[in-house]
Amino acid sequence: MNSLFLIVLWPALSALAILLCKGAKQVRTASLVASAIQLGLTLYIAFEYYTLRRAGDHSPFMMQSNLNWFPQFGISLHMGIDGISLAMLLLTSVVVLCGVLVSWNISYLTKEFYFLLILLSMGAYGFFISLDLFTLFFFLELAVIPKFMLIGIWGSGRKEYAAMKLALMLMGGSALILIGLLGVYFNSHTSGGLPTFDLLKLSVVHIPRNAQHILFPFLFLGFGVFTAIFPFHTWAPDGHSSAPTAASMFLAGISMKLGGYGCIRVACLLMPEAAQYYGPAIIVLACIAILYGAFATMMQKDLKYINAYSSVSHCGFVLLGIAMFTQTALIGAVMQMVSHGLMTALFFAVIGMLYERTHTRMTADMSGLLKIMPFLGTVFIIAGLCSLGLPGLSGFVSEMTIFMGSWQRPDAFHRIATILACASIVVTAVYILRAAGKVLMGPISNEHFRSLKDAAWNEKLASVILILSIVLIGVAPFLLSGLIRPGAFEIMKTIANATVLN
Amino acid sequence: MLSATYIALIPLLPLASFLLIGLLGKRYLKMASGPIGTLSLLLSCALACITAFQYFFQAGRVNGVFEKITVFKFAWLNFSPNVSIDMGLVLDPISVMMILVVTLIALMVHIYSLSYMKGEERVSTYFSFLSLFTFSMLGLVLASNIFQMYIFWELVGLSSYLLIGFYFDKPSAVAAAKKAFIVTRFADLGFLIGILILSFHAETLDFTTLISRLSTPGSPWLLSISSASFMGFSLLTWGLVLLFVGGAGKSAMFPLHIWLPDAMEGPTPVSALIHAATMVVAGVFMVARMFPVYALSCPAALQVVAWTGAISSLFAALIACTQTDIKRVLAYSTMSQIGYMMFALGVSGYGGENGLGYTASLFHLFTHALFKALLFLGAGAVIHYVHSNELSKMGGLRKHIPITHITFLVACLAIAGVPPFSGFFSKEEILMASYQHNFPIYCIALFTAGLTAFYMFRLYFSIFWKKELSADSHAHGEGGFAMMFPLVLLALFTLGAGFIPFGKFISSDGLPLTSEVHLGFSLIPVLLSLCGIFMAMAFYKKESTLPDKAATVLGELYKASFNKFKIDEVWLKVTKGFLFGIVGRFAAWFDKSIINGAIDLGASFAEVVSDTVRMLQTGKVQDYAACVLAGVLSLCLYFLYVWM
Repeated sequence: MNSLFLIVLWPALSALAILLCKGAKQVRTASLVASAIQLGLTLYIAFEYYTLRRAGDHSPFMMQSNLNWFPQFGISLHMGIDGISLAMLLLTSVVVLCGVLVSWNISYLTKEFYFLLILLSMGAYGFFISLDLFTLFFFLELAVIPKFMLIGIWGSGRKEYAAMKLALMLMGGSALILIGLLGVYFNSHTSGGLPTFDLLKLSVVHIPRNAQHILFPFLFLGFGVFTAIFPFHTWAPDGHSSAPTAASMFLAGISMKLGGYGCIRVACLLMPEAAQYYGPAIIVLACIAILYGAFATMMQKDLKYINAYSSVSHCGFVLLGIAMFTQTALIGAVMQMVSHGLMTALFFAVIGMLYERTHTRMTADMSGLLKIMPFLGTVFIIAGLCSLGLPGLSGFVSEMTIFMGSWQRPDAFHRIATILACASIVVTAVYILRAAGKVLMGPISNEHFRSLKDAAWNEKLASVILILSIVLIGVAPFLLSGLIRPGAFEIMKTIANATVLN
Repeated sequence: MLSATYIALIPLLPLASFLLIGLLGKRYLKMASGPIGTLSLLLSCALACITAFQYFFQAGRVNGVFEKITVFKFAWLNFSPNVSIDMGLVLDPISVMMILVVTLIALMVHIYSLSYMKGEERVSTYFSFLSLFTFSMLGLVLASNIFQMYIFWELVGLSSYLLIGFYFDKPSAVAAAKKAFIVTRFADLGFLIGILILSFHAETLDFTTLISRLSTPGSPWLLSISSASFMGFSLLTWGLVLLFVGGAGKSAMFPLHIWLPDAMEGPTPVSALIHAATMVVAGVFMVARMFPVYALSCPAALQVVAWTGAISSLFAALIACTQTDIKRVLAYSTMSQIGYMMFALGVSGYGGENGLGYTASLFHLFTHALFKALLFLGAGAVIHYVHSNELSKMGGLRKHIPITHITFLVACLAIAGVPPFSGFFSKEEILMASYQHNFPIYCIALFTAGLTAFYMFRLYFSIFWKKELSADSHAHGEGGFAMMFPLVLLALFTLGAGFIPFGKFISSDGLPLTSEVHLGFSLIPVLLSLCGIFMAMAFYKKESTLPDKAATVLGELYKASFNKFKIDEVWLKVTKGFLFGIVGRFAAWFDKSIINGAIDLGASFAEVVSDTVRMLQTGKVQDYAACVLAGVLSLCLYFLYVWM
């Protein structure tokens, strides 16, 4: 048994503990303590990772453990991490902790709410450390279903519609993934032996090219739905806007990253030739998402819609970075996943806090809030600045890494795609500053707002944790890019070998 | 000798003060925030002076040439093995001059603000933003890496945004801040793509390496970038021109200048620091930083710089003649003077006598920073006194605020180019350089010089002469010592700065350049300036009908100038009309109707199918019996058919 197992075991135990709690107060405290311990656990894993690396362990996946589960089908409980998954684990634990903090005032079915939230996080943790496609898929599903209930029960607005839409579209994505995974499984023993779901074994198997061409779209699009790939992004605006704050944070901060991670770890790694083949198509979709998402954001009037559409645009950068197939762009894509996760969680958190006070999310109904709530206003501005890619915050370094990596492809197609993506940062500045100007600045329009209270301790703590993480990445990006580099190097090696074969 | 520790402190002290005041100021240090900011700037200014002294007189010159000294650097973000963003500090003549200018003006503005912002509720926020700006600007000028420059370039943009929008409950201030940020962001897109192009071919982001690789004739990097072409121009031209677009945005060059006049919504000391003396000259600084590449490898790009500068200087001067808001006049004059610096760089060659334009440009940057900061701080004192920006509310103030009056006059004489004030010397050099290299630009510059004298003295006479204000309407006197001290000090600098032998320290190739004033050559510009001054005197010293008559005679030209040639409206058409109105609305509509519609259609289709299928399950026994009967019958028929 190694410490990595604890990463999925702990959420399971804490979810059970929450069920045993009595009263809302106990539930809250238990969840807070559990998620804080989880963060500590992840940090310990990170520490262990660095210690091993420093000791000269250069294997692509560390702290591996492998338990046979269904040997006759080649299914095992195979876990291990590299820098990329470690970055994702850290992101998840930070976002979940902050999600618990901002949900402090949930009074309706508190126990069930926190139980589902922790269950969701378990799905994400399991997903990021699985090296077996079957368990990976299992955890992915675990991270979908609770969302339906979170939105449907604790949501706002058209919550039934949104919950249904989100669940169905993500389920559709999962179905595509499942087909893809089965296809990979049945093509995994072309050179003899038993078929397997094991990612490491699969990564050295060469899947026949025509099979790759058929299966890659299933896997990529399936994971793409999670990361809101154009044109399968419409669950995001509705889902985000109806979800309760913590669920929005989880959805945008982590769930969308499941997709990006799957695209890299499963689709591109296992089928590098097809990835190259479909690369230009993905780039086109990514560019559409980036620009179209940005322009669509400009027309939104509801703060959550603004952030949801801008997430579509920002996740386009992730796909762009992946499909450029240069190491730098891939590092940028992963950095963008982390950065977007933190930034968008912060954004949804602060929007939720404003909503709790003003009972509106319409930009037209708010004005001059910075004067009444300086803390929340400042947090809003910082989240916005991160979103528009201001240096010193995490958004800038990840976008720039993607641009620098993309520019390494010297042909006209890739160049134009890069320039279009660059151009979107201007549009981003427009909608962010507009929203901030409308909501926070100007004269106070509604006299009732004058009596509103600024952030409470839990809200302050959540904001500060997220802001510190964003600033840490923005000021010392070498920490994150150094963490991701070895993993990206391994993936690029596989893809580069495929180029030779092509 | 030059030590990394204390040179690093020059930008780090303002950063420390930003963090301290920004985090704790509001609650614990409200009263102390001004003094803390000022003190940190005082230290940083002293360190800058020591550094400048050591660099220029002791350590900088190696075998008679000023060298670029990288004080320290570390890898901040690696992209690929050779390409990385390094954070570092580099000392060379222009960066040393810039840290002097930035810390000095910032110090003056801090001292001035102590009094000017007294009584402001959010004074700690104000000082923390000022410190943030100073830190970013110092980081920009000391950057050792082009990407580092871009990073700080964006950060000065942020501080400019925050300070323009300081009075955020005023909608016009919010709009102005937004406009400034977005216009410069748009221009920075050019900067970014320029960086991508240049760094891809030069395989480095480090300034020293980049410049040497791209300016050495025959180097493989230079060959690779000049042989690749796009739309008929080499990528080098593209890269440099795009880089310049970024600079033009920051420096408010035509047609990206639209944000600068609006930026005057910020507190006046901020306008002095950011929108007159330091941040807006960042574009000039950037071209000067990359100057060897522009001058040696791509004269075509330098032509773009020259003509953009020349057009901007004339264009802004024309507008400045008719504006009635004191700060806007100064804003347009800033744009015009930066135009001078730009085209001075643009007409310059590299090395020796050819490099006169380079020296002149930076000389003008230096003197302009002093007298324009003085003008703005003076304008602040005036506004403080009459509580209005409008010229019509002013007049006859010379007796009420004598110190402001004298110092303002000094600055006006300097910007008009009257000897022996500092502006005269730097402008002479610019005119000389353009006379030698580009005669059409020389003519434009000459005409603009006359205009400058006219509109500056229009301002001067309208404020301090024209009509007499009743004494009792403004009972309180001139600002306190903290406001007057910077004015007097800057006025003294403005008087003396012209006599600095600038070419000895700053030249395109690092070798000393001697330039003298040619009496015969100076005659025409000085006469023109005097003409402008006398005309302004005739028009505005006393209330007269002459200005109105002139406006009628000029007719359309006057109107066009008054309406700022409607450039704002053109931009508004493109952005609000086309991009937001059509593209944005289309994207939102498309998403809502087409894409979402398709998804919903799929859902409704499924619903219809399931409803139809559900109809079969009626739950009535009779229906089921009928179905069974029908089934049995049809089976019978089928078997009968098969057997028969």
